[in-house]
Amino acid sequence: MLNDAFDRKTAIDTLSAAPPTALADLWAKLGIAPEYRLVRGPETGLVMIRGRAGGGGQPFNLGEATVTRATVRLASGEVGHSYALGRDGEKAVRAALLDALWQREPQRIETEVLVPLRDAARQADATLRDETAATRVNFFTMVRGDD
Amino acid sequence: MPALRIDQVVEQLGLAIDRVMGEGSLYDKDLAALAILQARGDLIEAIFLVRAYRTTLPRFGNSTPIDTGAMQIERRISATFKDLPGGQVLGPTFDYTHRLLDPSLLSGLTDAPEVTPSAPESTPRVTDLLNGEGLIEPDFGAAGEELNQPVGDLTREPLEFPLDRDLRLQALARGDEGFLLGLGYSTQRGYARNHPFVGEIRIGEVEVELDIPELGFAVSLGRIKVTECQMVNQFKGSATVPPQFTRGYGLVFGQAERKAMSMSLVDRALRAREFGEDIKGIAQDEEFVISHCDNVQATGFVEHLKLPHYVDFQAELDLIRRMRGEFEARQDETALREAAE
Repeated sequence: MLNDAFDRKTAIDTLSAAPPTALADLWAKLGIAPEYRLVRGPETGLVMIRGRAGGGGQPFNLGEATVTRATVRLASGEVGHSYALGRDGEKAVRAALLDALWQREPQRIETEVLVPLRDAARQADATLRDETAATRVNFFTMVRGDD
Repeated sequence: MPALRIDQVVEQLGLAIDRVMGEGSLYDKDLAALAILQARGDLIEAIFLVRAYRTTLPRFGNSTPIDTGAMQIERRISATFKDLPGGQVLGPTFDYTHRLLDPSLLSGLTDAPEVTPSAPESTPRVTDLLNGEGLIEPDFGAAGEELNQPVGDLTREPLEFPLDRDLRLQALARGDEGFLLGLGYSTQRGYARNHPFVGEIRIGEVEVELDIPELGFAVSLGRIKVTECQMVNQFKGSATVPPQFTRGYGLVFGQAERKAMSMSLVDRALRAREFGEDIKGIAQDEEFVISHCDNVQATGFVEHLKLPHYVDFQAELDLIRRMRGEFEARQDETALREAAE
């Protein structure tokens, strides 16, 4: 069963992380032109990003980031939301539409949009990991005055 | 000369972008690049532009605290432990390079980065790894009440000294790199000495999550790059607590290692009151450090001196003329008296 909160969260997370051009390409390929109404946005605001002292202690405000959100309602009734870092309004509307469509046709959106996005993200992470791994070092200590 | 494009600035002046995002206290690479271009490379002016921009936007909420333990690592080193689970990776650093001008850059050619095939690996924070023996001060006490304390925000309420550590960390995270570097240096030279070691520096991307009321759960907004520095310092104990290493913490947007290290030195120095240490060095003086670490405030007050002050100065001129008049009158009087005698 796809249609529960966890899977919806995973879907929205994937859409937020998507590079705008990749999302636009997949949207064009999907070829759905749903009838919808913009309920909110797209609008840009700030989210205060928090950290924790020492990494795991008392929370504190690190600084803000720009975030753009949108909410759409499909003619068929589903309401879709999107929230993502950055100021890209087109991406926000597309992601909200995909969240709404995902509630209507989860399997299709998974296969045609979310899976390719996740594959690309995994690939990008793997490339960065391999570049980072090329800089791995092994430090050693020299013993001093040992005679 | 063709104008630089925003994406060129983002890709090729990445560390300048990171400084503007950190001290501008706004994570948005394109806006930071725009600010740098508009400011013709003056980073403090760019930081000012970014700070001004942020006041025009509404705030949607506060993120859940980021988890730096789950970072996608691009650099991770420890100066205290050579064998770490997850290993030490230098990443994009100037360390251990020749640090001489590289004429090959004049040709505009750069090498593609080398790669080594690797598998995903967990890289826990060093300070968490070592806490088995309890030798290092933990992130929170046994009751864990630190974890859910209300979080102060210096952009919303004016500061009232003395501050709690959350507000100090917020001020330091957006504080001027040069000012904090100088203060951190002063602690090493003996003004608030606390014998620091780099427990760990890590740089990489972390997920940012926000609770969305209309959904009823938290979603990821995407990832941001941060630099974290765990400074491990000499001991503190009491009649009831055995001696432990103490810690200073640095966390900054982007790749900003010098800043994160300076922040962790100053954070530790500013914990003097908490540890019952004598306040002898300027880096331990909370009101002094926090009141002067913001470069937008500092530049505003210093640079306002060049604005017209004609009326103020006229008043000073009148004053000094009067003082001179009185001085000369006294001189004349003395001369007369001396002549009479």
